[in-house]
Amino acid sequence: MDINKDLVAASSTPLVLAILADEDSYGYAILRRVRELSGGRMQWTDGMLYPVLHRLERLGYIEARREVSESGRRRKYYRITARGRTQLAEERRQWQAVDATLREVWSALSCPLPTRRLLPQGA
Amino acid sequence: MAAPDCAIRIEEQFERWRSYLRRRRAIHDSDVEELEDHLREQVSALVDAGLSDDEAFLVAVKRMGNLDALSREFAREHSERLWKQLVVAPGATGERGASAGNEAAVAFCLAGIAAVAVKAPELFGLRLDEDPGFYARNLSLFVLPLLTGYFVWKRRSDPATRRWLAAAFVAAAVFANVYSLPPGISSGEYTELLTAMHLPIALWLVVGIAYAGGRWGEVGGRMDFVRFSGELFIYYVLIALGGVVLTGFMMAMFQAIGIDTEPFFVRWMLPSGALGAVVIASWLVEAKQSVIENMAPVLTRLFTPLFAIVLLAFLATMTWTGRGLDFQRDILIAFDLLLVIVLGLLLYAISARDAQTPADAFDVMQVVLVISALLADAVALWAIAARISEFGFTPNRVAALGENLILLVNLAWSAVLYLRFLRGRGSFASLERWQTAYLPVYAGWAAIVVILFPPLFGP
Repeated sequence: MDINKDLVAASSTPLVLAILADEDSYGYAILRRVRELSGGRMQWTDGMLYPVLHRLERLGYIEARREVSESGRRRKYYRITARGRTQLAEERRQWQAVDATLREVWSALSCPLPTRRLLPQGA
Repeated sequence: MAAPDCAIRIEEQFERWRSYLRRRRAIHDSDVEELEDHLREQVSALVDAGLSDDEAFLVAVKRMGNLDALSREFAREHSERLWKQLVVAPGATGERGASAGNEAAVAFCLAGIAAVAVKAPELFGLRLDEDPGFYARNLSLFVLPLLTGYFVWKRRSDPATRRWLAAAFVAAAVFANVYSLPPGISSGEYTELLTAMHLPIALWLVVGIAYAGGRWGEVGGRMDFVRFSGELFIYYVLIALGGVVLTGFMMAMFQAIGIDTEPFFVRWMLPSGALGAVVIASWLVEAKQSVIENMAPVLTRLFTPLFAIVLLAFLATMTWTGRGLDFQRDILIAFDLLLVIVLGLLLYAISARDAQTPADAFDVMQVVLVISALLADAVALWAIAARISEFGFTPNRVAALGENLILLVNLAWSAVLYLRFLRGRGSFASLERWQTAYLPVYAGWAAIVVILFPPLFGP
């Protein structure tokens, strides 16, 4: 199952912030974590993570530092800031609201999810 | 499969990927580094999962996504990067930043020395307002040796070159001052002004040799120096404009509290600032070389057609109305300047042109410009030749005539080469070679004016 591009984009901020809230990390490890958590259902194009990280850095939610990794290469590690934590809490509230609303909607739907094509309106 | 062989191949692939990514303006070196780290992690994870190096590399690159889309995302996030920034303060670029900072320090030190050096003669009682001749003759000697020193330091010239450059400046200092020792002789003023104007031209070649490092013998090295000179001029003008604004504010503000800053401006700020700015502008040109587009060729593109139109209109009007040139004292100088400008337009058009591309409309425009300038100059020379015996050979006139002939020869042969190129019978490179080979001629003539004119025309 592929997840819609807009949804991926919308969920990228809380996902990255939540992963970084756990521990400091770097690009590749963040992507690996996303893949693990989603059971492989969330497929990001690898490169696209980096503009997201840079945007969060510009907004002051995360900060970067350079360190030499165990492989001997210079690597950029990201750490969540206090503002990032506040933002994460805010995002979490919003997503929970969306999630709760959707749950209500799903349970209100008496019939199972239609897998067949819907008839055009007015037919 | 030999493992080291394979390792080399994968390194080559990384290298190619890196250089491909670096070409994108929105993605900086530090981003490339970050992305490469990602790619390497991904490759090693895939190799651990059983893929071969090549396969792993292909998969990892594919997962990285379309680089155009990626570069668009980076551009959206860092829109300022589409404007090439000249980062003067050493940035977070690691080793490159460190050496850039070092260079800035050297440049500012040398600029400071130049600024102080011009005030040093006052210690020996030579004040600017009392002996302007001394300052006029030696102006270039206060700054050009320092500028040369900067390039010697930057290019790590060998000791032999250093000795020659130093000898050139010592000789210049001797010739600039030896003839004009008895002050107060009125006929000396003629050649004094000539020395003041020609010494910088001669010494600029010395700067060029230092600038080119070991490449002065090559067309490319000299062409780089031509580019550098044009950009330096533009930067210098910009810095001067900034200086004017600064001075205006300074004077107005101190005026408001009843302090007159004009003496300070005339005695300190103007001479020290004007000389220090030469070094600073040179350093800026060096620093921005690869960052910002060259301005001189852009201006050339704009003004070549305009100058061509003006010249053609001038020639047409002259033929139509039958008016002769009004012979005045300065007419030769005016036409010298015209030829200098046309030569500049030609030179900077050449400097920015890819010698491989075929001729286009702009090249035709260049030829029109050069030929119309030659015609206008021929008219002027004709008018002068008819009257020169009447006016006599003053040093000024001989110098101006010599320059006119030098420029005329250059432009005439350039026109021939350009026409050959337009007709597809010559290469553009030969034009480039002609221009760079001609550079020492200007300096040579300037040196003759400085060295030989005072004894020839002096008291």
